[in-house]
Amino acid sequence: MNIHEYQGKEILRRYGVATPQGYPCFSVAEADEAARKLGGKVWVVKAQIHAGGRGKGGGVKVAKSLDEVHQFASAILGMTLVTHQTGPEGRVVKRLLVEEGADIRKELYVGMVVDRASQRVTLMASSEGGMEIEEVAAHTPEKIHKVAIDPVNGLTDAEADDISRKIGVPEASLAQARAFMQGLYRAFVECDASLAEINPLILTGDGKVLALDAKFNFDSNALFRHSDIVAMRDLDEEDPAEIEASKYDLSYISLSGNIGCLVNGAGLAMATMDTIKLFGAEPANFLDVGGGATAQKVTEAFKLMLKNPAVKGILVNIFGGIMRCDTIAEGVIAAAKEVKLSVPLVVRMKGTNEDVGKQLLKASGLPIISADNMADAAQKIVAAVNGH
Amino acid sequence: MSILINANTKVMTQGITGKTGAFHTRLCRDYANGRACFVAGVNPSKAGEDFEGIPIFGSVKEAKERTGATVSVIYVPPPFAASAIDEAVDAGLDLVICITEGVPVRDMIATRYRMAGKKTLLIGPNCPGVITPDEIKIGIMPGHIHKKGRIGVVSRSGTLTYEAVGQLMELGLGQSTCVGIGGDPVNGLKHIDVMKMFNSDPGTDAVIMVGEIGGDDEETCARWIKGNMKKPVVGFIAGVTAPPGKRMGHAGAIISGGKGTAQEKLAVMEACGIKVTRNPAEMGKLLKSVL
Repeated sequence: MNIHEYQGKEILRRYGVATPQGYPCFSVAEADEAARKLGGKVWVVKAQIHAGGRGKGGGVKVAKSLDEVHQFASAILGMTLVTHQTGPEGRVVKRLLVEEGADIRKELYVGMVVDRASQRVTLMASSEGGMEIEEVAAHTPEKIHKVAIDPVNGLTDAEADDISRKIGVPEASLAQARAFMQGLYRAFVECDASLAEINPLILTGDGKVLALDAKFNFDSNALFRHSDIVAMRDLDEEDPAEIEASKYDLSYISLSGNIGCLVNGAGLAMATMDTIKLFGAEPANFLDVGGGATAQKVTEAFKLMLKNPAVKGILVNIFGGIMRCDTIAEGVIAAAKEVKLSVPLVVRMKGTNEDVGKQLLKASGLPIISADNMADAAQKIVAAVNGH
Repeated sequence: MSILINANTKVMTQGITGKTGAFHTRLCRDYANGRACFVAGVNPSKAGEDFEGIPIFGSVKEAKERTGATVSVIYVPPPFAASAIDEAVDAGLDLVICITEGVPVRDMIATRYRMAGKKTLLIGPNCPGVITPDEIKIGIMPGHIHKKGRIGVVSRSGTLTYEAVGQLMELGLGQSTCVGIGGDPVNGLKHIDVMKMFNSDPGTDAVIMVGEIGGDDEETCARWIKGNMKKPVVGFIAGVTAPPGKRMGHAGAIISGGKGTAQEKLAVMEACGIKVTRNPAEMGKLLKSVL
């Protein structure tokens, strides 16, 4: 689960990590009011969407007067912001963060992830703040420093100071940087984050260490113990199809192709998508109905796929293990009837009660194309969609 | 021969009275030598009772002492799964297989840290389990699609493992042991650990390695294979079409920061002498071609 920058900063402040003062705003009037409350001479008006690259896309502006705050807030709120992470369709800005301006002397990078190899939370830091960390990693990997954090001792003073020096934090600011990184680590662990990125972390003219941006992802397996974080979820930032899918406990992700696929199991679902591509087409979605799929779940899955107008054909690939093929066949038949299926449907079923399932499909009188294996299924649906 | 488990293995089920635990313990007990293998259940609030004849104990330690079980399989709900693993590790079991899906990563980091230096091996969480066909099945895989043979299978995914097994069976190839290591980022045995076991197992002639996007476990395993493996290995990686930044069902199946792509994994595997296919319908055929 992702949250907005302003929400990330609220979490950081709870753990003693310094950020500029600021207020979330849902209207231009609120932005005006926020700037007045903050005082000072410089403000930053920042679009709040769940995607990076907002500055380059025109979603972050520095205002030097209250009039400018008003002007920028009016321009950004409601705009369709396109960044390298939003896709070409962009995202409509519905929330702003208005912050006090900061006197930036130096921009650094600090991030935390769960490292699979060491099986620990790893702190990554770099002197190259404000840039895409992937770019830094690709071109100047020596500028990225890492510490795998001991889960019992946490991030020690010595580790924090060492990495701070390596990224160019001056001696006078070391204690602040230490509090910053240790606070970030506590926030990461206690909130069950899977990723935290402060890019940039800044050193100000008067030696302060501040988080100028905040990005958090959370482990969805752990949300059951964080109702406060769940409350930060912004459904406007999520794909409506994925939200709908989660209601039925279906794992669904929208993709850009035209062949819908319905599969049991995440690995098999990915493999099915790959096979479609191998035979020259693109999948319209990832959809894992899970191990305990019922006829009703399969029906909901069909409805979900068919809401996507791009879908020109459907491939069902089921390996019946504990779940029986006849159960799936019943679901497919019920779904095809209920949604009055008008696109080609290829079904490949293998495993438990495979023959009964195939017989049911045949007897249904529906124009279902049967396939023997994954490759055969992919070839048949690609051919059907291409009108052969 | 086989790896990890065989007809003489004694198993306890942690979470035997829950819906999933009860359902699958029944199926496992009914498979091959299961009736002799599944000897205990654990549930502190039902100690002294039994589950369809299988005695229930209050703790893993007691179940081990009273029945001689050295392996446990865990079906307890996600919030309690990591502490169930901890209990099994503390009791000194040889192997713990955690089927539970949805265990918080933070819990697993703490559990893996506690396991350092202990003898217990962990498989999972979020895995289908392990099967040595015609001897014993521990987990949720369909037993009847397997048969005894000399091919090892190691995979991060459940149904894709069954798919690989199904293809082997169509070619008349049985399996020595099939290990589903699970789809979570912080877990127990990795591809490389299982590969080393297959390499030493006189009952295994060749191995199918099935991976997916995310992390670099497949690459690590491939590099080890290049210098050490005495048997042929073939591979498939799921997720060539997966977009970056999207979790494809499994918590561990995500391309982040440009790392963990299927193309990258396939390239490393090929460079290490592993025959790979980009067509998952051909895993079985590919394996047969290297025998």
